[in-house]
Amino acid sequence: MKKIEIKNLNVSFDGFHALRNVSFDIPRNEILSIIGPANSGKSTILFCINRMIERIPNVKVEGDILLDDRNIHTIKDVEELRRRIGIVYATPIPLPMTIKENILFGPKLKKRLTAAKAGELVENSLKAAVLWDEVKERLDSSALRLSGGQQQRLCIARTLAVKPEVIMFDEPCSGLDPISTAKVEEAMKELKKDHTIVLVTNNTKQAARVGDRTAFLLMGELIEIDSTDKIFTAPSKQKTEEYVTGKFG
Amino acid sequence: MRISPAITQRLAKGVLILATISALGVLIFVIGFVLAGGFRHISWSFLTEPILDMGRGGGILPAIAGTILMVFVAIGIAAPLGIASSIYLAEYTEEGRVTQTIRFGINCLAGVPSIIFGLFGFILFVVILGFGWSIISGGFSLAAMILPTIIRTSEEALRSVPKNYRDVAASLGATRWQVVTRSVLPYALPGILTGVILGIGRSIEETAVVIFTAGSAVQMPKSLFDSARTMAVHFYILAREGISNENAYATAAILICTILIINVFAYSLMHRLMRGKS
Repeated sequence: MKKIEIKNLNVSFDGFHALRNVSFDIPRNEILSIIGPANSGKSTILFCINRMIERIPNVKVEGDILLDDRNIHTIKDVEELRRRIGIVYATPIPLPMTIKENILFGPKLKKRLTAAKAGELVENSLKAAVLWDEVKERLDSSALRLSGGQQQRLCIARTLAVKPEVIMFDEPCSGLDPISTAKVEEAMKELKKDHTIVLVTNNTKQAARVGDRTAFLLMGELIEIDSTDKIFTAPSKQKTEEYVTGKFG
Repeated sequence: MRISPAITQRLAKGVLILATISALGVLIFVIGFVLAGGFRHISWSFLTEPILDMGRGGGILPAIAGTILMVFVAIGIAAPLGIASSIYLAEYTEEGRVTQTIRFGINCLAGVPSIIFGLFGFILFVVILGFGWSIISGGFSLAAMILPTIIRTSEEALRSVPKNYRDVAASLGATRWQVVTRSVLPYALPGILTGVILGIGRSIEETAVVIFTAGSAVQMPKSLFDSARTMAVHFYILAREGISNENAYATAAILICTILIINVFAYSLMHRLMRGKS
């Protein structure tokens, strides 16, 4: 079952062609890793899917993206789309408020919450992001005092609190140590039971560890997309093989 | 021959320290001079009595009232207008020719001498709109004068909030207005407040605009449509016309104290706002 379908996506920034005719599907309840060297357009795909790209001036986007068979550009309420498709950025960006306030930031945009509901939501979100046990004693202290790895899991929890159907991770572990990385990956594997996950990563090993399927992008073109096993053991394109074996990138 | 870096370093440090000390020295001298000359003549009755005999006797209560009312009118108009414009410029427009033109205009306006605002206020508010010499005319003209300062400082404060905060809020489903109110304004508030305080300070110390637009009545103003003088105007007239040097100094001392109190209050407010956010 496909959750997202990308058809002939073309993006250019100020004349620079960032994505060329990219088409692929993202199946439900799987982790799709998108790998490729810097500037190959990986993150751009994510920003097209949640339409954050519309916030950047002088961008031209062509092609269709379907979410549950519906063209996302026909969704009038872009905020609703962004609640359905969460994103976690490369660098953890905790807002300068308490841990609890960070989690409740998204839900409170839409409606008021009772204290009981809020407490429950905070606990569930933090548990799903594998952070609860580390912070349950200090929910009212500033989120800025957490370590980098904890901050990133807080950002995951904050995204989860909005109850998205799809979660996109944009190089979520680029600044984290191996132990923190393992915890984030653990959270991702847990999350795919109820969510569709897109993981953009520079780290091919990470893609091999967590991805069910892997897409390889180069200079704005989709070179190959297949099951992760196949991409890493028997890719059909030479470029893919060179990249995953570390010959360039 | 080269002078050794150790010597240039010591020389540079010495010059910098000297510059700082002389800058501080001037400030302390001015404040000390005014306070020393003024405090002797300040009493409770000076603060609470009407102006008598053009300022030779009595107190300065009408001038205090005039100052407070005029500053309130000026800030009441300039702060919301200025902050709203800065939000529009920083958050709702894309950088382009239009915003550059607007910003250029604001910068020009910030450099216009206050007497021009006085003349403008006199023609527009006093004559054309028929408000006469009044607190309203004075307040409106002061508002026009401090508007560019407030817009500039607020816009800078808004722009200094990391772009990331906006992205996070938007990606969690915030509308543009929610992005502004929940993830930008709270962190820009101290900077915005600084602009408003600068505006208050400039309104309090302004004389040219006030004389042109609010006149210099010595009576206690009964409504916003009455003419009134501010402390700065009162001081200016007392000193310039040689009416009473003692009372001029006393007024100046109170003026300085008022500004100090406003600054201390504002900074403590800022500290309270910043707590828990950093």
